[in-house]
Amino acid sequence: MAEKTYLQAISDGLRQELRRDERVFVIGEDVGVYGGAFKVTLGFQEEFGPWRIIDSPLAETAIVGACTGAAMMGMRPVAEMQFADFISCAWDHLVTVAAKQRFRAGTPVPIVVRLPSGGGFSGGPFHSQNPESSFAHIPGLKCVCPATPEDAKGLLVAAIEDPNPVLFFEHKHLYRRIKGEVPDERYVTPIGKARTHREGEDISVITWGAMVYTADEAAKQLEEADDVSVEVIDLRTVMPWDKEAVLASVRKCSKVLVLHEDTRTGGFGGEIAATIGEEAFEDLDAPIKRVCAPDCPVPFSPILEKAYIPQVDDVVKGLRELAAY
Amino acid sequence: MATETQTEVVMPQMGVSVAEGTITKWLKAEGEPIARDESLLEISTDKVDTEVPSPGEGVLLKILVQEGETVEVGAILAVIGPEGSSAAAPVEDLPQPATQAAADATEAAASETAEPTDPTPTPTPAASAPASTATSDTASQAPSSGSDNGRTFVSPVVARIASEHGVDVARVQGTGNGGRVTKKDILAFVEGGGQSAPAASSDATSQAPAATAPPSAPAAPAPPAAAAAGAPAPPKPAEAPVAAGEAGPGETFEPMTAMRRGIAEHMRRSLDTSAYVTSAIEVDMSKVVAIRGKLKKEFEAAYGVNPTYLAFIARATVETLREYPWINGEIRGDKIVTRNYVHLGFAVELADGKGLIVPVIKNVEGMNLLGIAKSVVEIAQRARDKKLTPDDVQGGTFTITNPGGYGTFHGTPVISQPQAGILGTYAVVKRPWVVQDDRGQDVLAIRPIMNLTLTYDHRLVDGALAGRFLRDLRGRLESWGESDY
Repeated sequence: MAEKTYLQAISDGLRQELRRDERVFVIGEDVGVYGGAFKVTLGFQEEFGPWRIIDSPLAETAIVGACTGAAMMGMRPVAEMQFADFISCAWDHLVTVAAKQRFRAGTPVPIVVRLPSGGGFSGGPFHSQNPESSFAHIPGLKCVCPATPEDAKGLLVAAIEDPNPVLFFEHKHLYRRIKGEVPDERYVTPIGKARTHREGEDISVITWGAMVYTADEAAKQLEEADDVSVEVIDLRTVMPWDKEAVLASVRKCSKVLVLHEDTRTGGFGGEIAATIGEEAFEDLDAPIKRVCAPDCPVPFSPILEKAYIPQVDDVVKGLRELAAY
Repeated sequence: MATETQTEVVMPQMGVSVAEGTITKWLKAEGEPIARDESLLEISTDKVDTEVPSPGEGVLLKILVQEGETVEVGAILAVIGPEGSSAAAPVEDLPQPATQAAADATEAAASETAEPTDPTPTPTPAASAPASTATSDTASQAPSSGSDNGRTFVSPVVARIASEHGVDVARVQGTGNGGRVTKKDILAFVEGGGQSAPAASSDATSQAPAATAPPSAPAAPAPPAAAAAGAPAPPKPAEAPVAAGEAGPGETFEPMTAMRRGIAEHMRRSLDTSAYVTSAIEVDMSKVVAIRGKLKKEFEAAYGVNPTYLAFIARATVETLREYPWINGEIRGDKIVTRNYVHLGFAVELADGKGLIVPVIKNVEGMNLLGIAKSVVEIAQRARDKKLTPDDVQGGTFTITNPGGYGTFHGTPVISQPQAGILGTYAVVKRPWVVQDDRGQDVLAIRPIMNLTLTYDHRLVDGALAGRFLRDLRGRLESWGESDY
């Protein structure tokens, strides 16, 4: 057990799997000689050679297409999109082939696509998005969004083990900011199980990824200033998502705030809110509240970006409205 | 208070003896456009299930009686009007549903929220019902003394906790928005021993688990207000069933339809009324088969009607009944009723396999084979399309049922009260049959044989009479002539 950054945890998990399983290989833009845009694969090519750490052309379609074919032939590819935003080029291979192959022909497609996602550093509209809800909507794809270093490693291992295509949304804002104890040995964090980041009694916040920390900060403020106890549920994986854990928290607190960094309309929070409305209607003591980004592209200007991405103050405001309801 | 352009949909008078009906299904939702005569809803009376066409066109503005509720004939069920108009006005003089569903209380609360500033006393279930009848605990949630609490929103979780603990929300001090009672408020109230009534009352328990109990399950339909004078009393709805309680492991509950309740009640009552005896006879259908083979093409080409075995048997039965008036009769009080007509009932299985109905063809004594065949096809189709009127299923004097459709050769059907008998027809099966040849020698032949049963009320019909009736009926069928009709 050692304290590691979120980025080191991902790197360690990936290296362990490469050492353990010869079928695992890495492919992406600049992942080899350069060590990856964010240095997740730094030193990998030296250790595993250019045939297992493959520098690809700037062609996401080719990367995911090659992974899909390799996976069907028995390999365990781990693709890196340099930025999650670029995955739209690979939509056809992911959605048309990888997601449906197992349903259509019975062939497992065990690929992992790593997606450095999220904003907060003035990356602008092409380098800041959180497109998880688009893929959560596609039957056959799994979407993983770890918030802690420990989960980042355990869920990456689970994603590589999984016989289905898994999209691994790793949040860039957390890469070097978040540190935590990470076990040295190999372990698997199951896909589809939420964790309670913070226990509370009065209001549940359902969130994932970097917003877990935003929610936690807001919860602290409410507890200290307003004497309101807030529970924070970290979904960890958006598809499949842990409905039971969410409903249990809603039944306890009866007031819910769903928080995500993605835009509002069609964001995955809508699905969560609808499910709560359907299955826990009689446990609600207030309308279900959503805090999320407005329906527009991520702005470049630091001031606008701050207004765009949900901040601690936005969550505090939402929680206070719920507390007063 | 319908305006010129608004149309009220009322519970139709479905035949002389029907006093009330249950809404089984709304085919349109509020806000949906509807054309005149387009099917708007399905209702169920203790006689039939049927669709109700829209009396006007426009938009279904407001549904006033929900699925599962039973109301008297003439009650306003919905309001139809031009798009964009409001149906608020007619709500005020809405007659009370005969079945006081638990939903009423909620609705009352909701309608108050909708018009919080209206100073005029709106008639609500709580206000219009005498306090002594105590329809339900929840009804008392409506404000009795103008308290502001009752006028504010009650959240789902607060409503549930109130119902589970029998708490009158109006008595709880609210700390939420505008004095709203929050979950914490009501929990504190309950924990503080402020329960207004022990939750043991049956009202409270039947309303409490709203999550599990279907909202459309009234405990029992109210009895019809009055049967038409002089006519035989229509079947009374079954008595309130024993509470079903919770479903056991592996069990599922489904609500009983009004038709199923009616069937259950009638079957039990018939067995409790008549003295049941069944006699059976075998009939050689050779002649009927031969003649039907000839007539089939002719009837289908000329009239589009298939002359079924049932039509032949019905025709022969009506002829035979003329000679056995008691079998076409009835015991009424201390008198025996006989008739110079036959109203013949036919048991029809509904297409969904979930019910049986017995439409009646009137004055069959005046019909030939073609007339009977046409009437049977027509009324059976209307039965399956739910287009029967209650008068279509009343007034039968004798009934034919055909349980042989699936190959059975014997049965003991239940008499449709207050009739004296029911004829069962069974599968026509080719069997080795002893016949006499030209020289009077017994020989084996292959013949299409059908069993017929007569189940009769031995209070009125003796065994010998039933035997003679079956013998004569067999004789008619076995000697059917080419020119008979």
